[in-house]
Amino acid sequence: MVVYNFYLFDRVGTCLYYAEWCRRKKAGMANVEEYKLMYGMLFSIKSFITRISPVDLKDGFLCYSTSKYKLHFYETASGLKFVLNTDSGVPGNLRDTLHQIYSQIYVEHIVKNPMCSLGDPISSELFKSKLDEFVRALPVFSAKTS
Amino acid sequence: MSRPNVKGLDPKKVSGELFTLTYGAIVAQLLKDYESDEEVNKQLDRMGYNIGVRLIEDFLARSGISRCNDFRETSDAIAKIGFKMFLGITPSVSNWSPAGDEFSLQIESNPLVDFVELPDSHSNLSYCNILCGVIRGALEMV
Repeated sequence: MVVYNFYLFDRVGTCLYYAEWCRRKKAGMANVEEYKLMYGMLFSIKSFITRISPVDLKDGFLCYSTSKYKLHFYETASGLKFVLNTDSGVPGNLRDTLHQIYSQIYVEHIVKNPMCSLGDPISSELFKSKLDEFVRALPVFSAKTS
Repeated sequence: MSRPNVKGLDPKKVSGELFTLTYGAIVAQLLKDYESDEEVNKQLDRMGYNIGVRLIEDFLARSGISRCNDFRETSDAIAKIGFKMFLGITPSVSNWSPAGDEFSLQIESNPLVDFVELPDSHSNLSYCNILCGVIRGALEMV
């Protein structure tokens, strides 16, 4: 079980945070381009699945899997989008984990800190270390990856 | 700011009074600085707005609630979950407009106004205007 990387977007599409633990292949474009691409994909896929859905949707987009990795997605009612890429062996989806990241790390260390402006990319060292600690402690995180 | 409560219930009661006193001190200082009731109302609303914008994230994280489907659900979420979570009170939702797009929240015992009496000279002051700002800020984010 491997966790590859993590993205956090706000409601207007700004990438607030990106972290990677084990990325073996680069996207072949600048980081800024990659964030825009990721956000665009999320936006389009959410819209697409709602339109195509044959029944009324409650949660909408949860995750997508490929042969090599799985992308987990969680969006709050305030428009914050959490994305986590893990290997495809992870069963189900990690939305609960992403919700925990939201409530225990983002809300505690960014929202409650008046010095952290909400629309800007996160530069808080505390957030970085707490997130890193949290992800490394996840049962799905493999010890042998750096 | 969020310390674990090791001593039990008593410190919580003390901090409730501290909250009331702190709010009273803020309003009193604003009145000294701005002198006009209208201006103070505006400032309280702005302060509340800034609080609301962040408070909504805390609310969503703790309540785990998803989007409300209609305005009635919203009114219930604010009164029964939001106010309960942050102020420990449950205002009653009433006075629905015929179009269903306006309602009133009536608060019986508001912790912000414990021990407070408004003198006649400040009859235009909306003492709890910060709550209006908080609701406005919070709802704007969802």
